[in-house]
Amino acid sequence: MSGHSTYVPKHPAAKWLESRLPILGLMHSSFIVFPNPRNLNYWWTFGGILSFMLVSQIITGVVLAMHYTPDSALAFDSVEHIMRDVNYGWLLRYWHATGASMYFFAIYIHIFRGMYYGSYKAPREVLWLLGFIIYLLSMATAFMGYVLPWGQMSFWGATVITSLFSAIPVVGDAITTWLWGGYSVDNATLNRFFSLHYLLPFMIAGVVVLHIWALHVPGSNNPAGIEKKTDKDTLSFHPYFTAKDGFAIACFLVFYAWFAFYIPNYLGHADNYIEANPLKTPPHIVPEWYYLPFYAILRSIPSKLGGFLAMFGAVLILAALPWLDTSKVKSGSYRPLFRIFFWVFVLDAVLLGYIGSKPPEGVYVMAGRILTAYYFIHFLVILPLLSRFEKTKPLPASIADAVLEKTKSSSPALAG
Amino acid sequence: MTAITTLDNPTPTRRDFLYLATGAVGVVGAAAAIWPLVSQMSPDASTLAASSTEVDISGIAPGQILTVKWRGKPIFVSHRTPPEIEAVRAVPLSELKDPATDQSRVEKPEWLVVIGICTHLGCVPLKNDGPFKDGGFFCPCHGSVYDQSGRIRQGPAPANLAVPPYKFASDTKLTIG
Repeated sequence: MSGHSTYVPKHPAAKWLESRLPILGLMHSSFIVFPNPRNLNYWWTFGGILSFMLVSQIITGVVLAMHYTPDSALAFDSVEHIMRDVNYGWLLRYWHATGASMYFFAIYIHIFRGMYYGSYKAPREVLWLLGFIIYLLSMATAFMGYVLPWGQMSFWGATVITSLFSAIPVVGDAITTWLWGGYSVDNATLNRFFSLHYLLPFMIAGVVVLHIWALHVPGSNNPAGIEKKTDKDTLSFHPYFTAKDGFAIACFLVFYAWFAFYIPNYLGHADNYIEANPLKTPPHIVPEWYYLPFYAILRSIPSKLGGFLAMFGAVLILAALPWLDTSKVKSGSYRPLFRIFFWVFVLDAVLLGYIGSKPPEGVYVMAGRILTAYYFIHFLVILPLLSRFEKTKPLPASIADAVLEKTKSSSPALAG
Repeated sequence: MTAITTLDNPTPTRRDFLYLATGAVGVVGAAAAIWPLVSQMSPDASTLAASSTEVDISGIAPGQILTVKWRGKPIFVSHRTPPEIEAVRAVPLSELKDPATDQSRVEKPEWLVVIGICTHLGCVPLKNDGPFKDGGFFCPCHGSVYDQSGRIRQGPAPANLAVPPYKFASDTKLTIG
Protein backbone atom coordinates (compact mmCIF):
# COMPACT_ATOMS: atom_id res chain seq x y z
CA MET A 1 0.00 0.00 0.00
CA SER A 2 1.75 3.15 -1.15
CA GLY A 3 -0.31 6.08 0.08
CA HIS A 4 -4.04 6.53 0.59
CA SER A 5 -6.54 5.55 -2.02
CA THR A 6 -8.26 8.07 -4.25
CA TYR A 7 -11.60 6.39 -3.69
CA VAL A 8 -14.47 8.70 -2.82
CA PRO A 9 -17.65 6.80 -2.03
CA LYS A 10 -20.96 8.17 -3.24
CA HIS A 11 -23.52 6.03 -1.44
CA PRO A 12 -24.15 7.09 2.21
CA ALA A 13 -23.68 3.49 3.43
CA ALA A 14 -20.36 3.30 1.61
CA LYS A 15 -19.31 6.65 3.12
CA TRP A 16 -20.23 5.37 6.60
CA LEU A 17 -18.18 2.20 6.23
CA GLU A 18 -15.24 3.88 4.54
CA SER A 19 -14.83 6.41 7.35
CA ARG A 20 -14.72 3.61 9.93
CA LEU A 21 -12.74 0.93 8.03
CA PRO A 22 -11.39 2.01 4.67
CA ILE A 23 -11.71 -1.43 3.13
CA LEU A 24 -13.62 -0.27 0.07
CA GLY A 25 -10.85 2.19 -0.67
CA LEU A 26 -8.29 -0.55 -0.17
CA MET A 27 -10.08 -2.82 -2.66
CA HIS A 28 -10.43 0.09 -5.06
CA SER A 29 -6.78 1.11 -4.97
CA SER A 30 -5.48 -2.48 -5.07
CA PHE A 31 -7.73 -4.11 -7.63
CA ILE A 32 -9.57 -1.42 -9.58
CA VAL A 33 -7.26 1.51 -10.31
CA PHE A 34 -3.91 -0.11 -9.56
CA PRO A 35 -1.50 0.66 -12.42
CA ASN A 36 -0.09 -2.39 -14.21
CA PRO A 37 2.51 -2.30 -16.97
CA ARG A 38 0.68 -2.27 -20.27
CA ASN A 39 3.05 -4.82 -21.83
CA LEU A 40 2.18 -7.74 -19.53
CA ASN A 41 1.78 -11.03 -21.38
CA TYR A 42 -0.24 -14.09 -20.43
CA TRP A 43 2.55 -15.49 -18.24
CA TRP A 44 1.41 -12.78 -15.81
CA THR A 45 -2.05 -14.27 -15.42
CA PHE A 46 -0.89 -17.17 -13.29
CA GLY A 47 -0.92 -15.22 -10.04
CA GLY A 48 -4.65 -14.69 -10.50
CA ILE A 49 -5.05 -18.30 -11.52
CA LEU A 50 -3.26 -19.40 -8.34
CA SER A 51 -5.50 -17.22 -6.16
CA PHE A 52 -8.52 -18.80 -7.82
CA MET A 53 -7.04 -22.28 -7.29
CA LEU A 54 -6.39 -21.63 -3.59
CA VAL A 55 -10.02 -20.59 -3.06
CA SER A 56 -11.22 -23.57 -5.10
CA GLN A 57 -9.14 -26.02 -3.07
CA ILE A 58 -10.27 -24.49 0.23
CA ILE A 59 -13.96 -24.62 -0.69
CA THR A 60 -13.87 -28.20 -2.03
CA GLY A 61 -11.63 -29.22 0.86
CA VAL A 62 -13.91 -27.83 3.57
CA VAL A 63 -16.87 -29.55 1.94
CA LEU A 64 -15.01 -32.88 1.65
CA ALA A 65 -14.07 -32.60 5.33
CA MET A 66 -17.80 -32.78 6.13
CA HIS A 67 -17.78 -36.39 4.93
CA TYR A 68 -14.22 -37.63 5.52
CA THR A 69 -13.19 -39.59 8.64
CA PRO A 70 -9.50 -39.26 9.64
CA ASP A 71 -9.28 -42.57 11.49
CA SER A 72 -6.91 -45.16 9.99
CA ALA A 73 -9.59 -47.86 10.22
CA LEU A 74 -12.23 -45.73 8.49
CA ALA A 75 -10.41 -43.22 6.26
CA PHE A 76 -10.18 -45.30 3.08
CA ASP A 77 -13.83 -46.31 3.31
CA SER A 78 -14.93 -42.76 4.01
CA VAL A 79 -13.30 -41.65 0.75
CA GLU A 80 -15.16 -44.41 -1.10
CA HIS A 81 -18.33 -43.30 0.70
CA ILE A 82 -17.71 -39.81 -0.67
CA MET A 83 -17.19 -41.22 -4.15
CA ARG A 84 -20.30 -43.42 -4.08
CA ASP A 85 -22.88 -42.10 -1.61
CA VAL A 86 -22.41 -38.37 -1.10
CA ASN A 87 -24.34 -36.19 -3.56
CA TYR A 88 -21.75 -35.02 -6.13
CA GLY A 89 -19.09 -36.57 -3.90
CA TRP A 90 -17.31 -38.01 -6.94
CA LEU A 91 -17.12 -34.52 -8.44
CA LEU A 92 -15.88 -32.86 -5.24
CA ARG A 93 -13.19 -35.51 -4.73
CA TYR A 94 -11.93 -35.48 -8.31
CA TRP A 95 -12.05 -31.65 -8.47
CA HIS A 96 -10.00 -31.42 -5.27
CA ALA A 97 -7.48 -34.11 -6.25
CA THR A 98 -6.89 -32.86 -9.80
CA GLY A 99 -6.99 -29.35 -8.36
CA ALA A 100 -3.85 -30.04 -6.37
CA SER A 101 -2.04 -30.96 -9.60
CA MET A 102 -3.43 -27.90 -11.39
CA TYR A 103 -2.33 -25.70 -8.49
CA PHE A 104 1.25 -26.99 -8.84
CA PHE A 105 1.15 -26.72 -12.62
CA ALA A 106 0.26 -23.05 -12.18
CA ILE A 107 2.80 -22.47 -9.43
CA TYR A 108 5.66 -23.84 -11.55
CA ILE A 109 4.70 -21.63 -14.50
CA HIS A 110 4.45 -18.69 -12.07
CA ILE A 111 7.93 -19.47 -10.67
CA PHE A 112 9.50 -20.00 -14.10
CA ARG A 113 7.99 -16.70 -15.25
CA GLY A 114 9.74 -15.06 -12.29
CA MET A 115 13.02 -16.75 -13.13
CA TYR A 116 12.95 -15.79 -16.82
CA TYR A 117 11.94 -12.16 -16.38
CA GLY A 118 14.02 -11.47 -13.26
CA SER A 119 10.99 -10.76 -11.09
CA TYR A 120 13.03 -11.81 -8.06
CA LYS A 121 15.50 -8.93 -8.46
CA ALA A 122 15.56 -5.69 -6.49
CA PRO A 123 13.24 -4.24 -5.27
CA ARG A 124 11.16 -7.45 -5.33
CA GLU A 125 13.36 -9.74 -3.19
CA VAL A 126 10.86 -9.95 -0.30
CA LEU A 127 8.07 -10.64 -2.78
CA TRP A 128 10.13 -13.57 -4.07
CA LEU A 129 10.85 -14.85 -0.54
CA LEU A 130 7.16 -14.69 0.39
CA GLY A 131 6.42 -16.66 -2.76
CA PHE A 132 9.01 -19.19 -1.70
CA ILE A 133 7.28 -19.55 1.69
CA ILE A 134 3.96 -20.07 -0.08
CA TYR A 135 5.58 -22.77 -2.22
CA LEU A 136 6.95 -24.57 0.88
CA LEU A 137 3.60 -24.40 2.67
CA SER A 138 1.88 -25.68 -0.46
CA MET A 139 4.23 -28.65 -0.72
CA ALA A 140 3.58 -29.51 2.94
CA THR A 141 -0.16 -29.15 2.46
CA ALA A 142 -0.26 -31.36 -0.63
CA PHE A 143 1.95 -33.98 1.00
CA MET A 144 -0.37 -34.26 3.98
CA GLY A 145 -3.46 -34.18 1.78
CA TYR A 146 -2.21 -37.14 -0.21
CA VAL A 147 -1.85 -39.20 3.00
CA LEU A 148 -5.52 -38.74 3.94
CA PRO A 149 -7.12 -41.35 1.64
CA TRP A 150 -4.89 -43.88 3.42
CA GLY A 151 -4.07 -45.88 0.31
CA GLN A 152 -0.82 -47.74 -0.26
CA MET A 153 0.89 -44.73 -1.78
CA SER A 154 -0.50 -42.47 0.95
CA PHE A 155 0.97 -44.67 3.64
CA TRP A 156 4.28 -45.54 2.04
CA GLY A 157 4.94 -42.06 0.68
CA ALA A 158 4.33 -40.75 4.20
CA THR A 159 6.67 -43.40 5.62
CA VAL A 160 9.50 -42.59 3.19
CA ILE A 161 9.32 -38.83 3.61
CA THR A 162 8.85 -38.76 7.38
CA SER A 163 11.64 -41.34 7.78
CA LEU A 164 13.99 -38.87 6.12
CA PHE A 165 14.09 -36.92 9.35
CA SER A 166 15.85 -39.84 11.03
CA ALA A 167 18.87 -38.91 8.89
CA ILE A 168 19.45 -35.90 11.12
CA PRO A 169 22.34 -36.76 13.42
CA VAL A 170 21.78 -37.16 17.19
CA VAL A 171 18.14 -36.00 17.31
CA GLY A 172 16.86 -37.59 14.07
CA ASP A 173 15.11 -40.61 15.59
CA ALA A 174 13.52 -38.58 18.37
CA ILE A 175 12.19 -36.06 15.85
CA THR A 176 10.78 -38.81 13.66
CA THR A 177 9.00 -40.49 16.58
CA TRP A 178 7.59 -37.11 17.59
CA LEU A 179 6.39 -36.47 14.04
CA TRP A 180 4.75 -39.88 13.83
CA GLY A 181 3.20 -39.77 17.30
CA GLY A 182 4.22 -43.41 17.49
CA TYR A 183 6.71 -45.95 16.22
CA SER A 184 5.55 -45.78 12.62
CA VAL A 185 3.12 -43.89 10.42
CA ASP A 186 -0.20 -44.82 12.00
CA ASN A 187 -3.53 -43.44 13.23
CA ALA A 188 -1.86 -40.69 15.29
CA THR A 189 -0.01 -39.49 12.21
CA LEU A 190 -3.13 -39.51 10.07
CA ASN A 191 -5.15 -37.49 12.58
CA ARG A 192 -2.55 -34.76 12.93
CA PHE A 193 -2.02 -34.62 9.15
CA PHE A 194 -5.77 -34.02 8.73
CA SER A 195 -5.71 -31.20 11.25
CA LEU A 196 -2.66 -29.57 9.67
CA HIS A 197 -3.91 -30.11 6.11
CA TYR A 198 -7.05 -28.13 7.07
CA LEU A 199 -4.96 -25.43 8.81
CA LEU A 200 -2.13 -24.75 6.37
CA PRO A 201 -4.17 -23.41 3.42
CA PHE A 202 -5.35 -20.58 5.67
CA MET A 203 -1.72 -19.86 6.53
CA ILE A 204 -1.04 -19.85 2.80
CA ALA A 205 -3.87 -17.36 2.32
CA GLY A 206 -2.30 -15.10 4.91
CA VAL A 207 1.10 -15.20 3.20
CA VAL A 208 -0.65 -14.56 -0.14
CA VAL A 209 -2.01 -11.32 1.35
CA LEU A 210 1.55 -10.34 2.28
CA HIS A 211 2.73 -11.44 -1.17
CA ILE A 212 0.23 -9.12 -2.89
CA TRP A 213 1.04 -6.32 -0.46
CA ALA A 214 4.77 -6.69 -1.24
CA LEU A 215 3.92 -6.74 -4.94
CA HIS A 216 1.92 -3.54 -4.72
CA VAL A 217 4.83 -1.55 -3.35
CA PRO A 218 6.83 -1.49 -6.59
CA GLY A 219 4.02 -2.87 -8.75
CA SER A 220 4.33 -5.78 -11.16
CA ASN A 221 7.47 -6.56 -13.15
CA ASN A 222 6.91 -6.82 -16.91
CA PRO A 223 8.33 -8.63 -19.97
CA ALA A 224 10.82 -5.83 -20.66
CA GLY A 225 12.07 -5.88 -17.10
CA ILE A 226 12.20 -2.09 -16.81
CA GLU A 227 10.30 -0.24 -14.09
CA LYS A 228 7.29 1.96 -14.88
CA LYS A 229 8.10 5.67 -15.17
CA THR A 230 4.98 7.53 -16.33
CA ASP A 231 1.26 6.93 -16.64
CA LYS A 232 1.85 6.14 -20.29
CA ASP A 233 3.52 2.91 -19.20
CA THR A 234 0.53 1.53 -17.32
CA LEU A 235 -3.14 0.64 -17.51
CA SER A 236 -5.60 0.34 -14.65
CA PHE A 237 -6.13 -3.16 -13.30
CA HIS A 238 -9.83 -2.93 -14.01
CA PRO A 239 -11.03 -3.45 -16.71
CA TYR A 240 -7.86 -4.39 -18.61
CA PHE A 241 -6.34 -6.97 -16.31
CA THR A 242 -9.55 -8.17 -14.65
CA ALA A 243 -10.66 -9.10 -18.16
CA LYS A 244 -7.30 -10.63 -19.11
CA ASP A 245 -7.07 -12.62 -15.86
CA GLY A 246 -10.71 -13.64 -16.18
CA PHE A 247 -10.13 -14.95 -19.69
CA ALA A 248 -6.96 -16.76 -18.59
CA ILE A 249 -8.81 -18.38 -15.67
CA ALA A 250 -11.53 -19.51 -18.07
CA CYS A 251 -8.98 -21.13 -20.39
CA PHE A 252 -7.24 -22.69 -17.40
CA LEU A 253 -10.57 -24.09 -16.21
CA VAL A 254 -11.07 -25.79 -19.56
CA PHE A 255 -7.70 -27.50 -19.18
CA TYR A 256 -8.48 -28.34 -15.52
CA ALA A 257 -11.94 -29.66 -16.35
CA TRP A 258 -10.48 -31.90 -19.05
CA PHE A 259 -8.52 -33.70 -16.36
CA ALA A 260 -11.24 -33.62 -13.68
CA PHE A 261 -13.98 -35.00 -15.92
CA TYR A 262 -12.24 -37.17 -18.54
CA ILE A 263 -9.00 -38.42 -16.98
CA PRO A 264 -9.32 -37.77 -13.23
CA ASN A 265 -6.98 -40.60 -12.23
CA TYR A 266 -4.32 -39.95 -14.87
CA LEU A 267 -2.05 -37.91 -12.61
CA GLY A 268 -2.56 -40.21 -9.64
CA HIS A 269 -1.25 -43.66 -8.88
CA ALA A 270 -3.34 -46.84 -9.21
CA ASP A 271 -1.80 -48.26 -6.01
CA ASN A 272 -3.60 -45.63 -4.00
CA TYR A 273 -6.85 -47.45 -4.62
CA ILE A 274 -5.46 -50.26 -2.46
CA GLU A 275 -5.96 -49.81 1.27
CA ALA A 276 -2.77 -49.06 3.23
CA ASN A 277 -0.92 -52.20 4.32
CA PRO A 278 1.94 -51.56 6.76
CA LEU A 279 3.26 -55.05 6.10
CA LYS A 280 3.56 -54.81 2.32
CA THR A 281 5.47 -52.14 0.41
CA PRO A 282 4.46 -51.48 -3.21
CA PRO A 283 7.18 -52.37 -5.75
CA HIS A 284 7.77 -48.72 -6.70
CA ILE A 285 7.02 -45.86 -4.35
CA VAL A 286 6.53 -42.65 -6.29
CA PRO A 287 5.32 -39.29 -5.01
CA GLU A 288 2.94 -37.12 -7.01
CA TRP A 289 4.43 -35.63 -10.19
CA TYR A 290 5.05 -32.19 -8.66
CA TYR A 291 7.62 -33.63 -6.25
CA LEU A 292 9.45 -35.82 -8.80
CA PRO A 293 12.43 -33.53 -9.57
CA PHE A 294 13.25 -33.23 -5.87
CA TYR A 295 12.69 -36.95 -5.41
CA ALA A 296 15.22 -37.62 -8.17
CA ILE A 297 17.74 -35.35 -6.46
CA LEU A 298 17.14 -37.13 -3.13
CA ARG A 299 17.86 -40.50 -4.68
CA SER A 300 20.89 -39.32 -6.64
CA ILE A 301 23.04 -38.96 -3.53
CA PRO A 302 24.05 -42.37 -2.16
CA SER A 303 24.21 -41.18 1.47
CA LYS A 304 20.97 -40.94 3.51
CA LEU A 305 21.83 -37.61 5.13
CA GLY A 306 23.48 -36.36 1.95
CA GLY A 307 20.39 -37.08 -0.12
CA PHE A 308 18.17 -35.37 2.45
CA LEU A 309 20.40 -32.26 2.45
CA ALA A 310 20.63 -32.22 -1.35
CA MET A 311 16.85 -32.40 -1.72
CA PHE A 312 16.30 -29.71 0.89
CA GLY A 313 19.08 -27.62 -0.61
CA ALA A 314 17.56 -27.92 -4.06
CA VAL A 315 14.34 -26.34 -2.76
CA LEU A 316 16.07 -23.75 -0.59
CA ILE A 317 18.39 -22.55 -3.32
CA LEU A 318 15.43 -20.94 -5.05
CA ALA A 319 15.22 -18.50 -2.18
CA ALA A 320 18.81 -17.42 -2.80
CA LEU A 321 18.17 -16.45 -6.44
CA PRO A 322 18.12 -12.66 -5.92
CA TRP A 323 21.65 -12.88 -4.54
CA LEU A 324 22.98 -15.47 -6.98
CA ASP A 325 21.87 -13.66 -10.13
CA THR A 326 23.00 -10.09 -9.70
CA SER A 327 22.67 -8.91 -13.31
CA LYS A 328 21.16 -5.46 -13.42
CA VAL A 329 19.18 -6.42 -16.49
CA LYS A 330 16.01 -8.14 -15.29
CA SER A 331 14.35 -9.67 -18.32
CA GLY A 332 15.60 -12.68 -20.25
CA SER A 333 14.37 -10.87 -23.37
CA TYR A 334 17.47 -8.67 -23.18
CA ARG A 335 19.86 -11.37 -21.95
CA PRO A 336 20.56 -13.66 -24.93
CA LEU A 337 23.05 -15.95 -23.16
CA PHE A 338 20.96 -16.20 -19.99
CA ARG A 339 17.99 -17.14 -22.13
CA ILE A 340 19.75 -20.22 -23.44
CA PHE A 341 20.80 -21.33 -19.96
CA PHE A 342 17.28 -20.70 -18.68
CA TRP A 343 15.77 -23.13 -21.15
CA VAL A 344 18.53 -25.65 -20.46
CA PHE A 345 17.56 -25.36 -16.78
CA VAL A 346 13.90 -25.95 -17.61
CA LEU A 347 14.91 -29.05 -19.58
CA ASP A 348 17.07 -30.18 -16.66
CA ALA A 349 14.14 -29.80 -14.24
CA VAL A 350 11.74 -31.69 -16.51
CA LEU A 351 14.27 -34.50 -17.08
CA LEU A 352 14.87 -34.71 -13.33
CA GLY A 353 11.14 -35.17 -12.98
CA TYR A 354 11.24 -37.97 -15.50
CA ILE A 355 14.11 -39.65 -13.63
CA GLY A 356 12.13 -39.32 -10.40
CA SER A 357 9.33 -41.35 -11.94
CA LYS A 358 11.64 -44.20 -12.89
CA PRO A 359 13.05 -46.88 -10.59
CA PRO A 360 16.56 -45.95 -9.41
CA GLU A 361 18.26 -48.57 -11.58
CA GLY A 362 20.61 -48.81 -14.56
CA VAL A 363 21.18 -45.74 -16.71
CA TYR A 364 18.65 -43.70 -14.68
CA VAL A 365 21.05 -43.54 -11.74
CA MET A 366 23.94 -41.90 -13.65
CA ALA A 367 21.53 -39.67 -15.56
CA GLY A 368 19.97 -38.55 -12.28
CA ARG A 369 23.39 -37.68 -10.83
CA ILE A 370 24.42 -35.64 -13.85
CA LEU A 371 21.12 -33.76 -13.91
CA THR A 372 21.35 -33.12 -10.15
CA ALA A 373 24.87 -31.77 -10.50
CA TYR A 374 23.76 -29.51 -13.34
CA TYR A 375 20.82 -28.23 -11.27
CA PHE A 376 23.16 -26.89 -8.60
CA ILE A 377 25.74 -25.72 -11.16
CA HIS A 378 23.04 -23.59 -12.80
CA PHE A 379 22.35 -21.70 -9.59
CA LEU A 380 25.77 -21.62 -7.97
CA VAL A 381 28.08 -21.26 -10.98
CA ILE A 382 26.29 -20.27 -14.17
CA LEU A 383 24.02 -17.52 -12.87
CA PRO A 384 26.72 -15.66 -10.88
CA LEU A 385 29.12 -15.92 -13.86
CA LEU A 386 26.48 -14.68 -16.28
CA SER A 387 25.84 -11.68 -14.05
CA ARG A 388 29.49 -10.77 -14.32
CA PHE A 389 30.36 -11.52 -17.93
CA GLU A 390 27.19 -11.50 -20.00
CA LYS A 391 26.72 -8.97 -22.74
CA THR A 392 23.13 -7.78 -22.56
CA LYS A 393 21.05 -6.12 -25.28
CA PRO A 394 20.27 -2.41 -24.96
CA LEU A 395 17.10 -1.76 -22.96
CA PRO A 396 14.22 0.34 -24.27
CA ALA A 397 13.81 3.78 -22.69
CA SER A 398 10.42 2.96 -21.16
CA ILE A 399 7.67 0.38 -21.11
CA ALA A 400 5.64 2.50 -23.52
CA ASP A 401 8.63 2.53 -25.87
CA ALA A 402 8.97 -1.24 -25.55
CA VAL A 403 5.33 -1.60 -26.62
CA LEU A 404 5.73 0.84 -29.50
CA GLU A 405 8.92 -0.89 -30.61
CA LYS A 406 6.94 -4.09 -31.00
CA THR A 407 4.17 -2.48 -33.02
CA LYS A 408 6.70 -0.65 -35.14
CA SER A 409 8.47 -3.87 -36.09
CA SER A 410 5.26 -5.79 -36.87
CA SER A 411 3.35 -3.09 -38.77
CA PRO A 412 5.39 -0.08 -39.83
CA ALA A 413 2.36 1.64 -41.36
CA LEU A 414 0.61 1.98 -37.97
CA ALA A 415 3.59 3.45 -36.05
CA GLY A 416 3.61 7.06 -34.94
CA MET B 1 -25.01 6.29 -32.58
CA THR B 2 -23.02 6.66 -29.35
CA ALA B 3 -21.78 3.58 -27.57
CA ILE B 4 -23.13 4.39 -24.11
CA THR B 5 -26.77 4.01 -23.11
CA THR B 6 -27.70 7.00 -20.99
CA LEU B 7 -30.85 8.88 -20.08
CA ASP B 8 -30.32 11.08 -23.12
CA ASN B 9 -29.71 8.11 -25.41
CA PRO B 10 -31.84 5.20 -24.19
CA THR B 11 -31.53 2.94 -27.25
CA PRO B 12 -29.88 -0.29 -26.09
CA THR B 13 -26.59 -0.81 -27.80
CA ARG B 14 -24.75 -3.92 -28.90
CA ARG B 15 -22.55 -3.50 -25.83
CA ASP B 16 -25.60 -3.53 -23.55
CA PHE B 17 -26.81 -6.72 -25.19
CA LEU B 18 -23.41 -8.34 -24.79
CA TYR B 19 -23.15 -7.34 -21.11
CA LEU B 20 -26.64 -8.71 -20.44
CA ALA B 21 -26.05 -11.96 -22.31
CA THR B 22 -22.67 -12.52 -20.66
CA GLY B 23 -24.15 -11.73 -17.27
CA ALA B 24 -26.97 -14.20 -17.82
CA VAL B 25 -24.60 -16.99 -18.84
CA GLY B 26 -22.42 -16.08 -15.86
CA VAL B 27 -25.37 -16.44 -13.48
CA VAL B 28 -26.24 -19.85 -14.93
CA GLY B 29 -22.58 -20.89 -14.62
CA ALA B 30 -22.39 -19.68 -11.03
CA ALA B 31 -25.59 -21.55 -10.14
CA ALA B 32 -24.24 -24.72 -11.77
CA ALA B 33 -21.02 -24.39 -9.80
CA ILE B 34 -22.74 -23.71 -6.49
CA TRP B 35 -25.41 -26.43 -6.77
CA PRO B 36 -23.12 -29.44 -5.99
CA LEU B 37 -21.67 -27.57 -3.01
CA VAL B 38 -25.18 -27.13 -1.60
CA SER B 39 -26.48 -30.55 -2.57
CA GLN B 40 -23.61 -32.44 -0.96
CA MET B 41 -24.99 -31.53 2.47
CA SER B 42 -28.35 -33.21 1.75
CA PRO B 43 -28.73 -36.81 2.94
CA ASP B 44 -26.45 -39.05 0.90
CA ALA B 45 -27.32 -42.35 -0.79
CA SER B 46 -26.37 -44.48 2.21
CA THR B 47 -28.55 -42.40 4.53
CA LEU B 48 -31.45 -42.54 2.07
CA ALA B 49 -31.02 -46.32 1.86
CA ALA B 50 -31.31 -46.49 5.62
CA SER B 51 -34.48 -44.39 5.44
CA SER B 52 -36.69 -47.45 5.48
CA THR B 53 -36.46 -50.37 7.88
CA GLU B 54 -37.94 -53.86 7.64
CA VAL B 55 -39.17 -55.54 10.80
CA ASP B 56 -39.97 -59.24 11.20
CA ILE B 57 -43.06 -59.18 13.42
CA SER B 58 -43.66 -62.95 13.54
CA GLY B 59 -41.78 -63.21 16.85
CA ILE B 60 -43.79 -60.57 18.71
CA ALA B 61 -46.29 -62.27 21.02
CA PRO B 62 -49.65 -60.65 21.84
CA GLY B 63 -49.11 -58.15 24.67
CA GLN B 64 -45.46 -57.63 23.67
CA ILE B 65 -44.05 -54.34 22.43
CA LEU B 66 -40.85 -54.41 20.33
CA THR B 67 -38.55 -51.37 19.97
CA VAL B 68 -36.77 -50.99 16.63
CA LYS B 69 -34.62 -48.17 15.24
CA TRP B 70 -35.85 -46.23 12.23
CA ARG B 71 -34.02 -43.12 10.94
CA GLY B 72 -32.21 -42.96 14.22
CA LYS B 73 -35.43 -42.91 16.23
CA PRO B 74 -37.05 -45.64 18.44
CA ILE B 75 -40.25 -47.16 17.03
CA PHE B 76 -42.65 -49.07 19.28
CA VAL B 77 -44.25 -52.04 17.45
CA SER B 78 -47.03 -53.21 19.75
CA HIS B 79 -48.91 -56.52 19.25
CA ARG B 80 -52.21 -55.60 20.93
CA THR B 81 -54.57 -58.09 22.56
CA PRO B 82 -58.37 -57.92 21.95
CA PRO B 83 -59.06 -56.51 25.46
CA GLU B 84 -56.55 -53.71 24.80
CA ILE B 85 -58.14 -52.90 21.43
CA GLU B 86 -61.63 -52.88 22.94
CA ALA B 87 -60.59 -50.66 25.84
CA VAL B 88 -58.88 -48.11 23.66
CA ARG B 89 -61.74 -47.90 21.17
CA ALA B 90 -64.29 -47.33 23.93
CA VAL B 91 -62.73 -43.99 24.95
CA PRO B 92 -64.91 -40.96 24.03
CA LEU B 93 -62.99 -38.37 21.96
CA SER B 94 -64.00 -35.57 24.36
CA GLU B 95 -61.66 -37.08 26.99
CA LEU B 96 -58.62 -36.68 24.74
CA LYS B 97 -56.24 -33.70 24.75
CA ASP B 98 -55.28 -34.52 21.14
CA PRO B 99 -58.49 -36.16 19.83
CA ALA B 100 -58.01 -38.99 17.36
CA THR B 101 -59.81 -42.30 16.89
CA ASP B 102 -57.79 -45.46 17.31
CA GLN B 103 -58.94 -46.58 13.87
CA SER B 104 -57.25 -43.51 12.32
CA ARG B 105 -53.94 -44.41 13.93
CA VAL B 106 -53.59 -48.08 12.87
CA GLU B 107 -53.73 -50.12 9.67
CA LYS B 108 -54.55 -53.43 11.38
CA PRO B 109 -56.20 -53.25 14.81
CA GLU B 110 -53.78 -55.70 16.44
CA TRP B 111 -50.65 -53.74 15.43
CA LEU B 112 -49.80 -50.29 16.83
CA VAL B 113 -46.73 -48.66 15.24
CA VAL B 114 -45.67 -45.33 16.81
CA ILE B 115 -42.53 -43.26 17.17
CA GLY B 116 -41.31 -43.81 20.74
CA ILE B 117 -40.48 -40.18 21.47
CA CYS B 118 -42.51 -38.29 24.05
CA THR B 119 -44.08 -35.23 22.40
CA HIS B 120 -43.27 -33.14 25.48
CA LEU B 121 -39.47 -32.81 25.50
CA GLY B 122 -38.26 -35.90 23.65
CA CYS B 123 -37.59 -38.64 26.19
CA VAL B 124 -38.26 -42.29 25.27
CA PRO B 125 -41.31 -43.47 27.27
CA LEU B 126 -41.45 -46.79 29.14
CA LYS B 127 -43.53 -49.55 27.52
CA ASN B 128 -46.37 -51.41 29.28
CA ASP B 129 -46.07 -48.92 32.09
CA GLY B 130 -48.08 -46.27 33.87
CA PRO B 131 -51.88 -46.18 34.40
CA PHE B 132 -52.40 -48.12 31.15
CA LYS B 133 -50.10 -50.94 32.21
CA ASP B 134 -51.18 -53.29 29.42
CA GLY B 135 -50.23 -51.81 26.08
CA GLY B 136 -49.80 -48.20 27.24
CA PHE B 137 -46.75 -45.99 27.79
CA PHE B 138 -45.42 -43.83 30.61
CA CYS B 139 -42.77 -41.15 30.26
CA PRO B 140 -40.68 -41.01 33.45
CA CYS B 141 -39.23 -37.57 32.66
CA HIS B 142 -42.28 -35.46 33.42
CA GLY B 143 -45.08 -38.01 33.89
CA SER B 144 -46.84 -38.04 30.53
CA VAL B 145 -49.22 -40.99 30.17
CA TYR B 146 -50.13 -42.57 26.79
CA ASP B 147 -52.89 -45.19 26.22
CA GLN B 148 -52.86 -48.39 24.17
CA SER B 149 -53.21 -46.29 21.03
CA GLY B 150 -50.29 -44.04 21.94
CA ARG B 151 -52.62 -41.12 22.67
CA ILE B 152 -51.79 -38.59 25.37
CA ARG B 153 -54.09 -39.05 28.38
CA GLN B 154 -52.33 -37.33 31.30
CA GLY B 155 -49.31 -35.14 31.79
CA PRO B 156 -47.65 -32.20 30.03
CA ALA B 157 -47.17 -33.70 26.54
CA PRO B 158 -49.29 -31.77 24.00
CA ALA B 159 -49.79 -34.44 21.35
CA ASN B 160 -50.21 -38.15 20.74
CA LEU B 161 -47.18 -40.32 19.92
CA ALA B 162 -46.50 -39.77 16.22
CA VAL B 163 -47.35 -42.48 13.71
CA PRO B 164 -44.58 -43.05 11.11
CA PRO B 165 -45.36 -44.07 7.54
CA TYR B 166 -45.50 -47.86 7.37
CA LYS B 167 -47.05 -50.75 5.50
CA PHE B 168 -47.33 -54.50 5.82
CA ALA B 169 -45.09 -56.14 3.20
CA SER B 170 -46.63 -59.44 4.34
CA ASP B 171 -48.30 -60.87 7.44
CA THR B 172 -44.91 -61.29 9.07
CA LYS B 173 -43.04 -58.32 7.65
CA LEU B 174 -43.51 -54.65 8.45
CA THR B 175 -41.80 -51.94 6.37
CA ILE B 176 -41.40 -48.63 8.18
CA GLY B 177 -40.66 -45.58 6.03
